[in-house]
Amino acid sequence: MRLIASYLTGLIFGIGISLSGMANPAKVLNFFDFAGSWDPSLAFVMGGALAVTALGYRFVLRAPGPLLETRFLIPTKTDLDARLVGGSALFGIGWGMAGFCPGGALPALGTGNGHVFLFVAAVIAGIWIARLLTPTPTAQA
Amino acid sequence: METLFTPFQSLLGGVLVGIAAVMLMGLMGRIMGATGILSGLVTPTAMSEWDWRAALLAGMTTGPGVILLLTGQMPAVQVPVTTPMLIIGGLIVGLGATYGSGCTSGHGVCGMARISTRSIVATLTFMFTTAFTVYVIRHVLGG
Repeated sequence: MRLIASYLTGLIFGIGISLSGMANPAKVLNFFDFAGSWDPSLAFVMGGALAVTALGYRFVLRAPGPLLETRFLIPTKTDLDARLVGGSALFGIGWGMAGFCPGGALPALGTGNGHVFLFVAAVIAGIWIARLLTPTPTAQA
Repeated sequence: METLFTPFQSLLGGVLVGIAAVMLMGLMGRIMGATGILSGLVTPTAMSEWDWRAALLAGMTTGPGVILLLTGQMPAVQVPVTTPMLIIGGLIVGLGATYGSGCTSGHGVCGMARISTRSIVATLTFMFTTAFTVYVIRHVLGG
């Protein structure tokens, strides 16, 4: 049941990302290119996703726990440290270079496009390097 | 490379992403963060933590095929950058998302939806550095 639920959840995410344009680096990079070929579409992706998630979480988190697991696992850290800001700044540089973010690229693997596999392999290498360099990096979100 | 402005399609896509995020929380109690899911798949974890992530990833990669069935076309994946840029960008994305504890889906959607200060700071930071990077590459270096 957990696996079917996870598969269906992934499927809805994958269809959403495919429709949204987040799986297309040309579109993603144009969203950030205010001074050039600007395409504001991705503001609608973020807006739609954020509105639905904010409303849905309010409803869902009222329950004592998730349906198929024992408890909600929600990040509890609140400190705004250099690692959060530096890591996020770095993430943006990579996103701006490649045009893919992980959420866009993972569903795009399903198109069979070779560029996507290269990008995802590089992301995995980056995750491993970060884990080698520091004993306990956190990647919950 | 010009792309078409697709407000309705993008909004619908975003709504589906939001529904998936709410489902994952309601069913599995987890944040829908693509980096966290990938990270859990490529690092040693207990089977009970690995299996649902693998199922989720399998679902994600089925998405484009469903679009192909419905519309007769695979979703467009146009990569307007060089291969070295794509690989170096990917490495930096992996490093940055691991140190920063999340990416667009984890911080930008799920964290912001919880009004997490960390996620709001992270999202503002990476939106700024992404735009800055695109500006430098396209308009300063002239790539």
